[in-house]
Amino acid sequence: MQIFECPFCGERNETEFHFLTEAGKERPEPAEEVSDSRWAEYLYLHKSPRGKTSEIWVHIPCGEFFILQRDTVTREVYQSISLQDYQTKKV
Amino acid sequence: MENYHIGSLITQGLKKKPSWKPAWRKAKAKPSYDVIIIGGGGHGLATAYYLAKNHGIKNVAILEKGPIGLGNTGRNTTTIRSNYFYPESVALYDLSLRLYENLSKELNFNIMFSQRGMMMVAHTPTQMEICNRIANAMVINGVDGELLTARQVMDKIPLWNKKKDARYKCHGGIMQNRGGVARHDAVAWGYARAADGFGVDIIENCMVEDFLLEAGRVKGVITSKGEIRADRIGIAAAGGTPYLVAKLGQNLPILDYALQAFVTEPIKPCLDVVVLSLGTGTYVLQSDKGEIVFGGGLDRIPTHTQRGNLPAQETVVSGLLEMFPSFGQLKLLRQWAGVVDVVPDSSPLIGPIDTPGVYINCGWGTGGFKAIPAGGWLLAHLIAKDEHHFISEPFDLNRFNTGRLIDEATGSGIAH
Repeated sequence: MQIFECPFCGERNETEFHFLTEAGKERPEPAEEVSDSRWAEYLYLHKSPRGKTSEIWVHIPCGEFFILQRDTVTREVYQSISLQDYQTKKV
Repeated sequence: MENYHIGSLITQGLKKKPSWKPAWRKAKAKPSYDVIIIGGGGHGLATAYYLAKNHGIKNVAILEKGPIGLGNTGRNTTTIRSNYFYPESVALYDLSLRLYENLSKELNFNIMFSQRGMMMVAHTPTQMEICNRIANAMVINGVDGELLTARQVMDKIPLWNKKKDARYKCHGGIMQNRGGVARHDAVAWGYARAADGFGVDIIENCMVEDFLLEAGRVKGVITSKGEIRADRIGIAAAGGTPYLVAKLGQNLPILDYALQAFVTEPIKPCLDVVVLSLGTGTYVLQSDKGEIVFGGGLDRIPTHTQRGNLPAQETVVSGLLEMFPSFGQLKLLRQWAGVVDVVPDSSPLIGPIDTPGVYINCGWGTGGFKAIPAGGWLLAHLIAKDEHHFISEPFDLNRFNTGRLIDEATGSGIAH
């Protein structure tokens, strides 16, 4: 059993969370200039790293989407960042 | 290769000290080969065997980071079936099933293939309609599929939960009689022995660390045992594949998850068919030793470690006890996990990658064992001819560019 932290609700059981995708992908635009392979890359391809990773998860009960940073080998959880905070920091 | 037959069994049995030879050599890596296969599991060993047998390419090395057959080949629940929905998938998995049917004889090694039948149990009229759809698809695709009434299902699995308050009552089912189980280790060992018989070098404890590239083409690999050269490289490393091709700058549509399996103490024969419940998602069979072998869906968190997590265990075990309450008396002997490579459309990836000379066979997700002979056959064809076999063509990586996915997750409702 793992405990993850929802940025809104705090620490909760892993069964309340759902993995969506790897973080850090940028949607290629404008659409008319995006090749099929570039679009496929955006939609489907993963780095699937061994070790530290950054992923988008959702806390199902409250619907909060956030970045979860964790290790795919040791299963250590580093931190959760709400998508809003993540985007503001970036901008 | 020493031929096993009844005569040799009697002669060896009568000797004070039997003189059986090891089934395959402990090979030392040569500096170069025609073909290198990365991954000494079922798929890698089968690839080397079919390269030698079907295409006459015998100067082949299999590089395995540990001992052979101890990845997913030694961790699965041994079920073999071809009850898929799309024609492309059925062509693929039924090629495998047909090769399995003759494999013990072909390899001169008993893989203990037992076609005891694979049964899916439906619990509602809606699920029964799904079964109708699958049965129709199977028959149209030319494989055997048979609908069963609730009565027929009960006759086959008398221990099924018949209590008044059962959550998942039996409403009928669907059966593939040619489905069954085989001894997973024997499949790896049989292919290893036969490939070795053709002169293939099986190099264990040899970790591939990087690739040698010249003018954009692959020329070999750098391993923990030094440099080994070859112009053509086949990768059959399941969950290890993304890690390997990342060194060539390639990403794949793969996420690695842990998939767990469980074994109880051995009991007398009580279950002579492989059962999957559409309600609980748990599947179960009885091994030849009498153990109840069972498993279910994937763990929910992507991982690269061969270790399962409690919530998935709870779901699978409670599913089993709902299906067969009497199994609640049994002690669980072992529980383990393998790392499976899951693709968005739940179909494998077979084909060349961007680096010329490198071919992959991976993405089998939760169902790689049943596909071992086909995976090996098709990867060998691809490496030998540098073009697809017509059966592997639809499973090329370019399906993600064209959008022509083979979505078995929705097609046949497989567990992930």
